[in-house]
Amino acid sequence: MSDRRARAEALVDAEWVQAHLTDPTVVLVEVDEDTSAYDKGHLPGAVRLDWRSDLQDPVRRDFVDRAAFERLLSARGIGNDHTVVLYGGNNNWFAAYAYWYFRVYGHADVRLLDGGRKRWELDSRELVVDVPERPPTTYLASGPDLSIRAFRADVLAAIGSATLVDVRSPDEYAGRLLAPAHLPQEQSQRPGHVPTAINVPWSKAANDDGTFKSDAELRALYESAGADLDRDTIAYCRIGERSAHTWFVLHELLGLPNVRNYDGSWTEYGSLVGVPVQLGDDAGGAEGGAG
Amino acid sequence: MSCAAPEGGASTSGVNLAREAVVEGVVLRSGQPVHGAYVRLLDAGGEFTAEVTTSESGGFRLFTRPATWTLRVLAPGSAVAEATVEARQGETASVQIALPTAG
Repeated sequence: MSDRRARAEALVDAEWVQAHLTDPTVVLVEVDEDTSAYDKGHLPGAVRLDWRSDLQDPVRRDFVDRAAFERLLSARGIGNDHTVVLYGGNNNWFAAYAYWYFRVYGHADVRLLDGGRKRWELDSRELVVDVPERPPTTYLASGPDLSIRAFRADVLAAIGSATLVDVRSPDEYAGRLLAPAHLPQEQSQRPGHVPTAINVPWSKAANDDGTFKSDAELRALYESAGADLDRDTIAYCRIGERSAHTWFVLHELLGLPNVRNYDGSWTEYGSLVGVPVQLGDDAGGAEGGAG
Repeated sequence: MSCAAPEGGASTSGVNLAREAVVEGVVLRSGQPVHGAYVRLLDAGGEFTAEVTTSESGGFRLFTRPATWTLRVLAPGSAVAEATVEARQGETASVQIALPTAG
């Protein structure tokens, strides 16, 4: 089991970031896949991580390994002792994914900017185009901590026994859509969800401006959805970034142990041969079906 | 593998539009396009289904399914604006959303 953190250690608001813009112990990191967002304007002093080219292995479908993560952070001028504050677009989906990733590789003090880029923009706070020069460091990672990462065998074993939380939109869960609707819907995997998974969309954990709801609201959300969070819990979505957002809520904000993110998510599960799939709005039984 | 929303929404280049139910539009304030507005797609139950930011020409694009959808727009300095749109398979629905002007 990985260690638990308090909300204040995992999440900072825009005021806090504004007050620490010149703090040399703090590194702001923008995480986006659409890298043009950073080029057009980013928080003063922020460096960039590209969700795909920096964080994914260039050949196989996987993370970069520990050595590559060390090289990446060293080159960006991020040291082991820095307080890393992550933020991004898409309601912090990819920033939450990177947060999870920093935790997999054991970074001590990593935080998320509440509301990410959107809240910062809606507040009309300053954005700059200057790219900061940071001296390289010698970063040493630990791990990987696989107690917070689930693989497909873990998901299959969890059907009907552990808590599976599908955090996609209701239409994706039911199989009526195959991707978030900002993307074309023609996709190779089968539609539907993992049988017995409940649907608690990531968006229910956030306000319209992308900030997280209060701990009390979050607890009520998962309790009213029937999630038994005393059991081992696995969150998944389509490619693992929205479920990293929910992993952040459950593991970091609510401090629940034994919560894992299945980053293979539906693009892997929905492509597996012979596994049970459930269609429709109901969680379904272990064997799955048309609903 | 992409799951991020490019500004304005994904391109239709290479997409078989006969299999899509596209919703496109433009966000305006006092008749002028609004860049960087957040356009959120809500299903019939009011649940988030997607969000994109508008392009420099105020445009956005979503790939939905045949249904009635609500679009909710957030932009700096504006109150929230909403519009409904009917999406149909193989068609592109176009919608203009005017943000309320201040004052």
